[in-house]
Amino acid sequence: MVFLIKIQLREDYSNLIFYLSPLVAVTLTLFFGSFIFLILDLSPIESFKIFFISPISNSYGISELFVKATPLAIIALGLSYCFKNNIYNIGAEGQLTMGAIFGGGIGLLFNDSTSVFLLPLMILFGAIGGAFWATIPAILKIKFNTNEILTSLMLTYVALFILDYFVVGPWKDPAGYGLPKSMPFPDAGRLPVLIDGLRVHIGVYFALIICLITYVIYNKTLFGFKLKVTGLSSKASQYAGFKYKNLIFYTFIISGVCAGLAGLFEVSGPIGLLYRDISPNYGFTAIIVAFLGRLNPFGIILSSLLIALTYLGAEDAQLFLKIPSAVGFVFQGLVLFFLLGTDFLNKYKVFIK
Amino acid sequence: MSIELIIGILNIVLISTTPLVFAGIGELVTEKSGVLNLGLEGLMLVGAVTGFITLVLTGNYFYSLFLSIISGVILSGIFAFLVLNLMTNQIATGLALTIFGIGLSAMLGKKFGGTPIDGLNPYYFIVISFLLVFFVAYFLSKTKTGLIVRAVGENHNSAYALGYNVIKTRYLTIIFGGVMSSLAGYYISICYAPMWQEGMTAGRGWIALALVVFATWKPWRLLVGAYIFGGVAIMQMNLQAIGVKLPGQFFNMMPYLATIIVLVFISSNKLRLKLSAPSSLNIPFEKNQ
Repeated sequence: MVFLIKIQLREDYSNLIFYLSPLVAVTLTLFFGSFIFLILDLSPIESFKIFFISPISNSYGISELFVKATPLAIIALGLSYCFKNNIYNIGAEGQLTMGAIFGGGIGLLFNDSTSVFLLPLMILFGAIGGAFWATIPAILKIKFNTNEILTSLMLTYVALFILDYFVVGPWKDPAGYGLPKSMPFPDAGRLPVLIDGLRVHIGVYFALIICLITYVIYNKTLFGFKLKVTGLSSKASQYAGFKYKNLIFYTFIISGVCAGLAGLFEVSGPIGLLYRDISPNYGFTAIIVAFLGRLNPFGIILSSLLIALTYLGAEDAQLFLKIPSAVGFVFQGLVLFFLLGTDFLNKYKVFIK
Repeated sequence: MSIELIIGILNIVLISTTPLVFAGIGELVTEKSGVLNLGLEGLMLVGAVTGFITLVLTGNYFYSLFLSIISGVILSGIFAFLVLNLMTNQIATGLALTIFGIGLSAMLGKKFGGTPIDGLNPYYFIVISFLLVFFVAYFLSKTKTGLIVRAVGENHNSAYALGYNVIKTRYLTIIFGGVMSSLAGYYISICYAPMWQEGMTAGRGWIALALVVFATWKPWRLLVGAYIFGGVAIMQMNLQAIGVKLPGQFFNMMPYLATIIVLVFISSNKLRLKLSAPSSLNIPFEKNQ
């Protein structure tokens, strides 16, 4: 007997499947994850407990969850503007780094300041740095029709080398025993924490505010409507007379500002100085967060918490299960694979004859 | 500079550039058929670690090479299934592959970090890399199959209408690219290092990706470009050693900056774009439309 699989384009667009597929993807990831644990000779149930439950079973853990989720959510919210518009800015990691360099640079410049204006100035420059780095692929795309995927990706590595240059060279802490790191920022340049003794900081509020603003922009403004139309059909958008080049420019700037803010929050929040590895791939992981959250602002908040948990779980797994923390990347990769795969069911009907 | 020093430097450039040639030529063929695979870094790392583990466990070079290649076939096969059959976004799928590969290789290789092995002689691979560029150049420009690959990459709808199997062609080019990336990884862990360390490909996958664009999708230019990129990296170390004050980071960012400049150049001129970049690159093929 031969099974013929037939696929057909869906005519009835299903909202249910659209929002259900992230759940299916997460379930499938857990299923495959348990296989991986079995292969490593670990009990899946115990391992999942260590991976997903024990990291957030105390106040310190919950604070850490928000520390990790904040940059992911802020970057992913910014990226959602680009992705909605079918613009692939995959250089958020570089924009984050530039935000940290610009904003952090202000913190180092005024390193004896006690002014209350220092932190707002750093935040402003963080946003400018991210926006500046995002402007380059945007302008190249608009002026020369250069592929933004490749330019934004290449610029990420350029930004990482610029940061490396500063922390090894001119900004190296003279009292730092020759380590590649800057002086710590002054207290006035540190992001206030929400609860004494924990690392969760006011970046959380920024993430929530950006989420609400994004919701309003997507649902209540002409700009949001233009993004939606252009994303669904570039021809319809042209016909309506929307200026695509302007949309490219603004979406890039917005995502750059968000990534820059996230970078500045990282260095002036939990880290407190500049060094090489300011971001554990937040800029790339935020792409997963944006897709997993279905480019919906509230969905992105939820998915940022989930992906943040894979970072925490991976750290605990390294400690207690003696497996490398990179296992978190395995879960992140799997969840994106499955999400993209299940999206197929969103677009097509499958029959088996 | 003495002759010995120059020969010494050239030797190091040869040895260190070969993985770029392997990964680059594989990605070139994949992109020529219209698929952009951003998963090179992940494929290289998994190829490196499977080859290394097999060598430690069996002591057999043939088995280790074979399993490294198989890892490339499996991972790029998954990528191909997703982007070709399930028509997923190529960018996101490629990034997922890289992230997954970084994690998987670190997990698999955990127990093997620091295990000593007898490395293979890199010169076999160097010779093979040159032959490979020659064959790919010949294949793409002179053979019928090569022409089909290019046709599929230029306009998949026309190629399909002419009766060519777009999906099958792309499966083959993606898997070829995957195998080449695994070989690049294998070379790094077995010949170049020879050892295993988490994340040991150190961004070479991204440089290889840049290289394909830098070479405007032409095999011989890719070879030249690889040696320019590789040479700049080695030159940087030597210049530092003789006391040149220019920071090393500026040399390290050269390949990326050069690629951006080439990108601007080839995209600003419509004709040049048509001559080099595959028109269907990164556009999913949907039979139903």
